Amino acid sequence: MDFKPCVNIRKEWDIVGARQLGREKAKEIGFGTVDQARIATAISELARNIYLYAGTGKICFEIVDDFEHKGLQIIAVDEGPGIRDISQVMEDGYTTSGGLGAGLPGVKRLMDHFDIISEVGEGTEIRASKWVR
Amino acid sequence: MNKRLEEIVVENSDVIIKHWLEQVSEKRKSDYTSAISDELFRSTNREFINLIFSSVDKQGFTTELDDFSERLINLGWPLSYLTDGLQTFRRVTIDFILSQSEKIDSDRFSDVLDMVDKWIDPIINRLVNEYSGSWEHTVSLQRVALQELSAPLIPVMKNITIMPLIGTIDTERAKLIMENLLDGVIKHNSEVVLIDITGVPVVDTMVAHHIIQASEAVRLIGSTCILVGIRPEIAQTIVNLGIDLGKFPTKSSLRKGFETALELTDRKIVHSKEKDQTIENLLDSLDKG
Ligand SMILES: Nc1ncnc2c1ncn2[C@@H]1O[C@H](COP(=O)(O)OP(=O)(O)O)[C@@H](O)[C@H]1O
Ligand SMILES: [Mg+2]
Repeated sequence: MDFKPCVNIRKEWDIVGARQLGREKAKEIGFGTVDQARIATAISELARNIYLYAGTGKICFEIVDDFEHKGLQIIAVDEGPGIRDISQVMEDGYTTSGGLGAGLPGVKRLMDHFDIISEVGEGTEIRASKWVR
Repeated sequence: MNKRLEEIVVENSDVIIKHWLEQVSEKRKSDYTSAISDELFRSTNREFINLIFSSVDKQGFTTELDDFSERLINLGWPLSYLTDGLQTFRRVTIDFILSQSEKIDSDRFSDVLDMVDKWIDPIINRLVNEYSGSWEHTVSLQRVALQELSAPLIPVMKNITIMPLIGTIDTERAKLIMENLLDGVIKHNSEVVLIDITGVPVVDTMVAHHIIQASEAVRLIGSTCILVGIRPEIAQTIVNLGIDLGKFPTKSSLRKGFETALELTDRKIVHSKEKDQTIENLLDSLDKG
């Protein structure tokens, strides 16, 4: 495991900052164009959810390099309202904001590993990783 | 008491200026203004220190100092040149006053500090405001420029319009895209609008949602929207996201989209005979040659 750079999400343009840093990391690790696009899109979804539903939070990156996997982990953390029913928000089309409701299930499909921990009133932490093939 | 201190400073301006110039030039060696010629640096320093003195003398910010800072802003000198210069002035002046007094008790010491702060702080505040004001101004100008660029609509030929999108799409821009699209369709009486997303770096669910809504709205006013320039990696991420663009005309390239637009408006590209003949003649002459 490597050091952990983070981007704070406070305003809409911070989403772009997080995306750029993530893409840079992905390029460094050796991901191809398609995976870079997948990673950038996943960051965009998670960062926008923070901006929309929690107000503020951060996106951190961890380079994974152990005997099992080599890749990038995105960690999205906020201290927002939390999610009551996780299986519900993981359904395609579920949205409370009139969006497409494809963000979270989409991130799960874009990435190789997806983990979500949330507590109502406490916040949400999502970890999503992609492995280099 | 304060009056006395001020007099000391103004009367000894020569010594203070000398120390100040020494320190400022010393500091320069390792820093940001290295791209500026020595001569300009020296003359600017002189002007700056004189202005500091005249504002101390006149007890406040002068229009000369205003003009000076405005000029430096326009020349692109960093704000830190001015703030460092003022901090150096603070240090040099305090050192000087204290070196003039035989005995320094703590009251006197804090009087000196207070008094120099009262000279320097308003100037620093003013300069910082000027600088940030000019940045804000620049940013707002760029914002306007960006807005004009952000969702352009090009009527390429009768009834066919293209909207090339380049760069990140945020909420504000998404709104503009929708507005311009609908306005433009009506204004140019377009039957077909091509939205080209070749230059959009990331298509996430928000961008997709806005594009879907925009094309839906275009359909409602009786036109057809074709999405073109979907790069292969973008196509894959859209599929992964589970977004269904099935009922939505898409084409991989602007060229293919344009051909479809021609078909939809009952037109097609015909190669003119004359040109073909020219090429044939050319080939013929090559054969002979
Ligand atoms: N960080 C978060 N904190 C609280 N609620 C969230 C968070 N992220 C997502 N949600 C909830 O999950 C729902 C589904 O999210 P998502 O799949 O991204 O679709 P969308 O953002 O289009 O609604 C959101 O509408 C919201 O209610
Ligand atoms: Mg979302």
